[in-house]
Amino acid sequence: MNETLLLTALTIITAATPLVYAAIGELVVERSGVLNLGIEGMMLVGAVCSFAAAHYSGAASLGIVAGIMAGMLMAALFAFLTLKLQSSQVATGLALTIFGIGVSALIGQSFVGIAYSGLQPLPIPVLSEIPVLGRLLFNHDVLVYGSFVLVALVSWFLKRTHAGLILRSVGDSHNAAHALGIKVIRVRFMATLFGGACAGLAGAYLSMVYTPMWVENMSAGRGWIALALVVFAVWQPGRLLLGAYLFGAISILQLHGQALGINVPSQLMSMLPYLVTILVLVLISRDRGRIRRNAPASIGQAFHPTT
Amino acid sequence: MVFHGSLKQAAFAIAAVLSIGVVNAQSDDPTKVGFVYVGPVSDHGWTYRHDLGRQAIEAQFGDKVETTYVESVPEGADAERVIRNLASSGHDLIFTTSFGFMNPTVKVAKDFPDVKFEHATGFKREDNVSTYAARFYEGRSVIGTMAGMMTKTNTIGYIASFPIPEVVRGINAFTIAMRKVNPDATVKVVWVNTWYDPGKEADAAKVLIDQGADIITQHTDSPAPLQVAQERGVFAFGQASDMSAFAPESQLTSIVDDWNSYYVERTAAAIDGTWASTDTWGGIDTGMVAFPEYGVNVPDDVRAAAEVIREGIIDKSIHPFQGPLKDQAGEEILAEGEIYDDGVLLGMNFYVEGVQGDLPK
Repeated sequence: MNETLLLTALTIITAATPLVYAAIGELVVERSGVLNLGIEGMMLVGAVCSFAAAHYSGAASLGIVAGIMAGMLMAALFAFLTLKLQSSQVATGLALTIFGIGVSALIGQSFVGIAYSGLQPLPIPVLSEIPVLGRLLFNHDVLVYGSFVLVALVSWFLKRTHAGLILRSVGDSHNAAHALGIKVIRVRFMATLFGGACAGLAGAYLSMVYTPMWVENMSAGRGWIALALVVFAVWQPGRLLLGAYLFGAISILQLHGQALGINVPSQLMSMLPYLVTILVLVLISRDRGRIRRNAPASIGQAFHPTT
Repeated sequence: MVFHGSLKQAAFAIAAVLSIGVVNAQSDDPTKVGFVYVGPVSDHGWTYRHDLGRQAIEAQFGDKVETTYVESVPEGADAERVIRNLASSGHDLIFTTSFGFMNPTVKVAKDFPDVKFEHATGFKREDNVSTYAARFYEGRSVIGTMAGMMTKTNTIGYIASFPIPEVVRGINAFTIAMRKVNPDATVKVVWVNTWYDPGKEADAAKVLIDQGADIITQHTDSPAPLQVAQERGVFAFGQASDMSAFAPESQLTSIVDDWNSYYVERTAAAIDGTWASTDTWGGIDTGMVAFPEYGVNVPDDVRAAAEVIREGIIDKSIHPFQGPLKDQAGEEILAEGEIYDDGVLLGMNFYVEGVQGDLPK
């Protein structure tokens, strides 16, 4: 039974990691005042590019780099359109998703039906020898460790650094930030690129670890879940991590419940991850003041430097 | 009389000439065949197999046909728009290849009486709407037999999509065949409520293996569960196409959908004007349900037993739903020697003995 619990926990980690990556990137993007609805598209392009790079080179590290670069390239396109050409962020983000689905399918045509051995785990010496705990925490691939480090870094960056303060100020009031001499467009451009890199990493995780292969539209809506997680986590990295793991845990536990023969309709079980995650995050965020403090006030608004 | 006869013959001759003229006019203008797919053509499963059928039509008829397809069409309001688009853009024959396209297909068909429609896996027909499906449950009898013989934990994991008769029938056919060779084995079913989500399918496979299943079978479309099986060192069956590339050691065999001959036949009928609304439900004997080579880890006796079932189903000496059958409570639902007719099979909404858990309604 202990073994089953451990394996369940490991499955939960795999299910949550792509959400953590995609959502933490979007969190930074939104904190800078930009709403990028194109996560799904960036993830898919990241997934196919990292699969392609890993497949051709045989090096997983190149696959990861390719995923990051591809996500950033997509984000750069979005940033150019919305920040330079002032197109609508909502419409452009949606278009980016549709574009990403299509272009990833096009790139991936020749990779369908090809298996990939996957990114190998990287046990941390000594620590991974601890019974149970070692396997639970210290015997993962580099992307899982990276997701925790990334959340901690983003949290530290936003709360404790000067650059983080600048980023938040741009998100809260671009006019005030502009008046203070902050380069609003540049800050938002960087934030959007960071979001793209994270979405690309999420995609790389999908095609190299979660299900090491390329199939069209393999993200299957995870980009949208990530987007929702950011809002329900009230733009706070810690809560976002909690939300992603909660979602992952309920998704896996409901499958376990079904396999154990618990007498609850499976349709209801499939709804559970969404219901519970939303409910928990709404409950812990009841404090309106907290939402007001954390929600970027100028999210989604175009910035015209002249005004 | 003679005069009458020759007049009649003349009339026939004129009619024949006219009809040849019509046929010629048609063959100058290629017959347009449209396909509506629920998934992407590169899913390596359900939609991929339908697209091979489309390619078979092109290979067979060359310039005489023109095929188009629309992929990843959601089952719902969007489907009607897509089907209507195909119908109004001069398509002569339209295949809609998912159960959820049934109502939109019938609705559009009423507005386009001259266009011929073929709907896969549904049950609503019109003068210009045929239905076709394959008896995949026959294939599940074969793999159920193999699973029953090869399981060591006596637990089989079954990843199911939606609780519709097609899927329930597959679970039951699998279980019946499995219990015939191994009465102690049971089937654990997990419903993922999607046809296609590689991540979720992989999660379900992991969960089932963690709960003791040593053979995984699926009624979803991606090869992700096989990949998990390969990684965890358990066996699995492919779905819709040969998925051994993803599980070279683990795949025992696969139930392959083969629509090629049906699609070619129906297109030929549309071209020469003999197309009529029909209901086709083809099994292993028609080639619609096929198997690739057995996997490297299938022992000889299992291989032989699987062949016995396969050949028995072809020559009708074995029926996948043959009594005596019991329901989950152990009550007899079908007496010795009796066989469920197609009506029961098409509406199947109960589990047989050997399946764990309750069927979601």
